[in-house]
Amino acid sequence: MSSIDIIGAVSIITAGITIALGSIGPAIGEGMALARALGAIAQQPDEANTITRTLFVGLAMVESTAIYCLVISVILIFANPFWNYVLSQVG
Amino acid sequence: MDITPDTIIIFQWNGIQINATIFYTWVVMALLIFISWLATRNLTVGPKINRWQNFLEVIVGYIRQQVREITQQNPDPFIPFLGTLFLFISISNLLAIIPGYQPPTGSLSTTSALAICVFFAIPIFGIAKKGGLAYFKHYLEPSIFMAPFNVIGDFSRTLALAVRLFGNVMSGTLIVGVLLIITPLFVPIIMQVLGLLIGQIQAYIFTVLATVYIASATRVENKLEKNEQKEGSKEDE
Repeated sequence: MSSIDIIGAVSIITAGITIALGSIGPAIGEGMALARALGAIAQQPDEANTITRTLFVGLAMVESTAIYCLVISVILIFANPFWNYVLSQVG
Repeated sequence: MDITPDTIIIFQWNGIQINATIFYTWVVMALLIFISWLATRNLTVGPKINRWQNFLEVIVGYIRQQVREITQQNPDPFIPFLGTLFLFISISNLLAIIPGYQPPTGSLSTTSALAICVFFAIPIFGIAKKGGLAYFKHYLEPSIFMAPFNVIGDFSRTLALAVRLFGNVMSGTLIVGVLLIITPLFVPIIMQVLGLLIGQIQAYIFTVLATVYIASATRVENKLEKNEQKEGSKEDE
């Protein structure tokens, strides 16, 4: 395998693994947070506004780790610096 | 496929290139200024108000109420900054329903600029409220050994603000682009609607996070409340 093949294959496989593993953790965390928030709203419907707002902010923070993984995998596929370097060397 | 509107050149003049990010930022700015000018042309306190004033009063009143609930303070000093942030991000995500429009928030340059504004606004509001010494003292809490981590936290939350907004908006347009290849009928429209919803939620979250950071910097602590505040400030990080 030439270096161009290796870089292409490794980039694609790594992008898939990145988004797959990176979405598992935040998904579990968001599910747990949502379950707790629903329980809290069921117990205290008067506090629904505060709970919902805190839930949204918390979900956004949890979700940002998944977004980082997405950005990394998108960079690997669409704007890979090593790929561009190899292409410029080849031709 | 472009992952950022920075590479699309709208027009160039004497070597100055105006790309899609700058152009559509100007469009959003012009729209916001025009609507504000239209609504505040003939303001009145009488019972008969025109519909533009009513429309703007609803928005400003709702933002004030939200900021007051989050900061537990008088919202007036923060409203010009936070309200502009929310309206700018919200309008630039909402205009994605117009064909050919590229949301400027889908570029890392725009979101970094907004996050850097928040980065500098936090100490400015904090020092204006508490004074320089009291503001910088919170870096030494809970102990002096935590000071480097507090400084790192300041930078990492700025980075997180920028990348979160960029990632969400960029992924919205990217998913539509990918779906156009796989299932060009109907499905991209549904994802576009979801993208609009995500855009509004992200505008809300960006503003709420900026509000929370500013609120934690401007909170005046009493001796009695100090133990409660310490537990509360851990949750902010």
